[in-house]
Amino acid sequence: MKLSVQDLNSHYGPAHILFDVAIEVGDGEVVALLGRNGAGKSTTFRSIVGLVAQRTGRILFEGKDVSDQPTHAIVSRGLGYVPEERRIFTDLTVDENLEVGRQPVRPNAPHWTREKLFALFPNLAEMRNRPGGRMSGGEQQMLTIARTLMGNPSLVLLDEPSEGLSPKIVEQMVAAILTMKQAGVSIVLSEQNLHFARLICDRAYIIERGRICYSGTMAELDARPDIRDTHLAL
Amino acid sequence: MAFYFVQFLTGLASAASLFLVASGLSIIFGVTRIVNFAHGAFYMLGAYVAFTLTERFSGALGFWAGIVVASLVVAVVGVLVEMVLLRRIYHAPELFQLLATFGLTLMVQDLVVMIWGPNDLLGRRAPGFRGAVEFFGQNIPTYDLFLIALSPIVLGLLWLLFQRTRWGVLVRAATQDRDMVAALGVNQKWLFTSVFALGVFLAALGGALQIPRDAVHHALDLRIIVDVFVVVVIGGLGSIIGAFVAAVLVSELNAFGILIFPKISIILVFLVMAVVLIVRPWGLFGKQEAPARRTPGLTVNPWRPLSQGERIAAWAGLAVAAMLPLVSGDYALTVGSEIAIFVIFAASLHFLMSVGGLASFGHAAYFGLGAYGIAFLAKMAGLPMIACLLLGPLLGCLGAAIFGFFAVQLSGVYFAMLTLAFAQIVWSIAFQWVAVTGGDNGILGLWPEKWAAGPASFYWLSIGIAALAVAALRIITFSPFGYALRATRDSLLRSEAIGIDAKRIQWTAFVIAGTVAGVAGALFAYLKGSVFPDSLGISLSVDALVMVLLGGVETVSGAVIGAIVYKMLSIWLVSQTDLSKLVLGGVIVLMVVAFPKGIVGMLETLRNLRRRSEPAKPALLKSRIEGAE
Repeated sequence: MKLSVQDLNSHYGPAHILFDVAIEVGDGEVVALLGRNGAGKSTTFRSIVGLVAQRTGRILFEGKDVSDQPTHAIVSRGLGYVPEERRIFTDLTVDENLEVGRQPVRPNAPHWTREKLFALFPNLAEMRNRPGGRMSGGEQQMLTIARTLMGNPSLVLLDEPSEGLSPKIVEQMVAAILTMKQAGVSIVLSEQNLHFARLICDRAYIIERGRICYSGTMAELDARPDIRDTHLAL
Repeated sequence: MAFYFVQFLTGLASAASLFLVASGLSIIFGVTRIVNFAHGAFYMLGAYVAFTLTERFSGALGFWAGIVVASLVVAVVGVLVEMVLLRRIYHAPELFQLLATFGLTLMVQDLVVMIWGPNDLLGRRAPGFRGAVEFFGQNIPTYDLFLIALSPIVLGLLWLLFQRTRWGVLVRAATQDRDMVAALGVNQKWLFTSVFALGVFLAALGGALQIPRDAVHHALDLRIIVDVFVVVVIGGLGSIIGAFVAAVLVSELNAFGILIFPKISIILVFLVMAVVLIVRPWGLFGKQEAPARRTPGLTVNPWRPLSQGERIAAWAGLAVAAMLPLVSGDYALTVGSEIAIFVIFAASLHFLMSVGGLASFGHAAYFGLGAYGIAFLAKMAGLPMIACLLLGPLLGCLGAAIFGFFAVQLSGVYFAMLTLAFAQIVWSIAFQWVAVTGGDNGILGLWPEKWAAGPASFYWLSIGIAALAVAALRIITFSPFGYALRATRDSLLRSEAIGIDAKRIQWTAFVIAGTVAGVAGALFAYLKGSVFPDSLGISLSVDALVMVLLGGVETVSGAVIGAIVYKMLSIWLVSQTDLSKLVLGGVIVLMVVAFPKGIVGMLETLRNLRRRSEPAKPALLKSRIEGAE
C-alpha cells in the first residue's frame, strides 16, 4: 500500500470540514477523488501533506505514520503535492521554479531530470528563463506539476489539474499524467470533471460535505448513473 | 567645489554601514516578514565585540580577523535569538514581533553597559588605512575610500548569492510563498535561521567597520535603527538594491543637509521618507504588499458593552481610587496622578490600534504636542489653567489631523514606520527649535493654579479626566462610528463595499486618538511642571504599546488595566534595580511569547473556559459551517 489515510478529521477554526475520511492508494495506482466545489477535496489533500493545522487521524505513507510530521518532512519522503491554485513563484524563472522543487533521487521512485520534464512539457523548454508570472495559466499548471516531479516523488497528489484549462491543454495534461503513470508514479487526482478522470484513473472515491460517500472502480462508477447524478451532477 | 566633493565622499562612506545594516534588515523581512527592531542592537554588539577582539588580536591580520570574527560571533547570537524567540512568533501579528524585538533591544542596552561599561570606547585605526588622500587641498581618509569601495562589492556578492546559488533561489521563493516552499519538501526552519544569521552578520559587520571612524557607545542602536528604518522604507522593504540606493540617498541628505539647511538637518531625511511613502507607499524599489495578515483569534471573543454588574464594579473602582487621598501621602498621590494620565494615554492608543487596527509606533507625538500646547498657552499667552487644559490638546489634535491624513493611507508595518517617522519629526523640531521650545532644556515652570495645585486636588482632577476620557472612548467604540471603524479593521475591502468611507473613518479615529493623547500630555505637563522633548520620544511611544499589550490588545478594558499595572511595575522597578531596561525588556519578550492575550485577555479566556464547559455548543452553528471547504 502506497498511501493509507484513516479517520481523517479536519477543522478550520470552529468549522469541522472533514469527517472520518479514509482513502487507500496502491503502488502505481491512479485514484480519483471526485466531488463538487466545496466538497472537501482540496482540504483532504492539504490535510494529508500537513498544511491544515487542526487535523486528527492516521496517514500512513509507504507503511510509515507521517501524521505527526511537518509538511516538508512528509513531502521529502516522496509524497509530492500539486496545489489547486498552482502557486508558481512568479518572480522566479521556470528553471528556478524547478530548482526549488529539486530533491535527491529516491530508489523506489522514477528519477526526473529537467530534460525529461521538458520532454514531457515541451512548452516549458522554450521559456526556461521566463519569470513564472509571465506565463499563461496552462503553462503555469504544467510548471507546477514539473516542479513537484523534480522532487522525484513516488506518489503525487494532483489537485484539479484540468481546472480552467483550454481543451487543447487538457489533452496535453492527460498525456503527461499517463506518462507519469507509466513511469510508475502513484497518483491521487481530485476532479469535478468525470470525463477527465475516466481517461486516467483506475478507481474513484466520491466526497461530499467532507465525507467519503462512495468508492469503486471507474467501471463500477460508470455502471451507476444514479450515484453520478446524486453526488456529481451540477 | 572640492569641499563639496569631499562632503559627497564622506556621505558615501557613511552609506556603507547604513547599507550593510539596512540590507540585513531587508533580507530578514523579505523571508520572515519580521521587521527586526533588534537590528540596531546587533549593529551595536558588532561594534563592541569588534572593539574587544581588535584590542586582543595584534597586527593588521588581527584587526581584520577581529572584524570578521566579531561579526560571526554576533551572527551566532542572532541564530540563538532566532531559534529561541523568533520561531515562536513567526505567525504572531506584526505588532507583537516589533515589540518582542524592541524588548530585545532594551535588554541588550543594559547588557552592553554591564559588560563594557558606560563610557565611550575608542577603537583602533584600521591598519593600512590610517592615512588620508589629498584632493584639491582637502583630506579624504583612506578608510573612507575603503568603505566606499566595500558597499558595491557587498552588493555584488549578495546579488550573486541570491541569483546564482540554490540557497538564494530557495530564499527568493520563500520570500514569495513560504508555505509552498515547505510543500516542496524544503525545511524552512533552517532556511529562516540561515537568513536571519546572514542578516545579523551584515548588521554586525556594519557596526564592526565603524570602530575606526566612530566611538563605540551604548546608544548606537537606536541611532542607527531609526536611520535604517528610513532607508528600508525609502528603498522598499525586502529590496537589497533599494537598501543600497536609499542608504546613499539618506547619507548624502545628512551630509549636505548639515551644510545647506543646518536648522532642519534632522528632519530633512524624514520629510523625504514621508514624501516617498505618500507617493510610493511600498518604497522606491519595493513591491506592493498583499493586505496585512489578519490577527488570528482577534474575533474569538466578541466585544460587548459592560453589563450592569460590571458597570457597578467600574463605579466602585473609581470610588475606591477617589478615596486614596484619605489614606496615603503626597508621593503616592503624585504616582496616582501619573498612572491616571497614562491610563488616558494608553486608552487613546488602544482606541487607535485595537478598535481601529492601526498600530502606531509614534503615538507619543500627540501626547507631547498636547504637553507643548499647554506650555505655549500658559507661558506665552498666559491663559488660565482651565482654558489651557481645554485648548492645549488641540495641538495634539492638529498634529494628528495632519499626520493622520498621510498615515492612514498605509497599513501594517508601513503604518507603524510612518507614524514612527512623524513622531521623530516632531521630536526633532522640539529638539532643534531652541528659540521656541527651549530644545533639550525644555520649558520649565508650568505649575497648576491654586485650586489644582495640591497633590490631592490634582489627583482628583487627573482621575476625573481619566474616567471621562475612558468612558468617552468606550461610548465611541460601541457607537455606529465604532462599528464602522471595527469593520474597516476587520476588512477594508468589505467595509468599503458596504459604503463605509474607510479612509475617512480611520482618519477620524486617528484624530480622536491624537486628541485624547493630547489631553494626557496636557495633564502630564502640569504634573511635572515642565515639558521636554522626551515627551515625544520613541520610548514613550513604546511604553504605550506595552501598556496596551500587557492589558490585552484584543480586549476593550485592557488598556486601563495595562496602564495601571505597567506604570506601577516600572516605577517600582526603577526604584529597585539599576537594570530596569534588562528586566523590562525581558518582561516584554516573555509577554509576547507566553501571554500574548494580556492580563484581561487571559481573565476572559479563563472565564469563557469555565462557561463553555457547562452547555454544549449549539448544534445549529455546527451544521451550518460544515459545507464550507
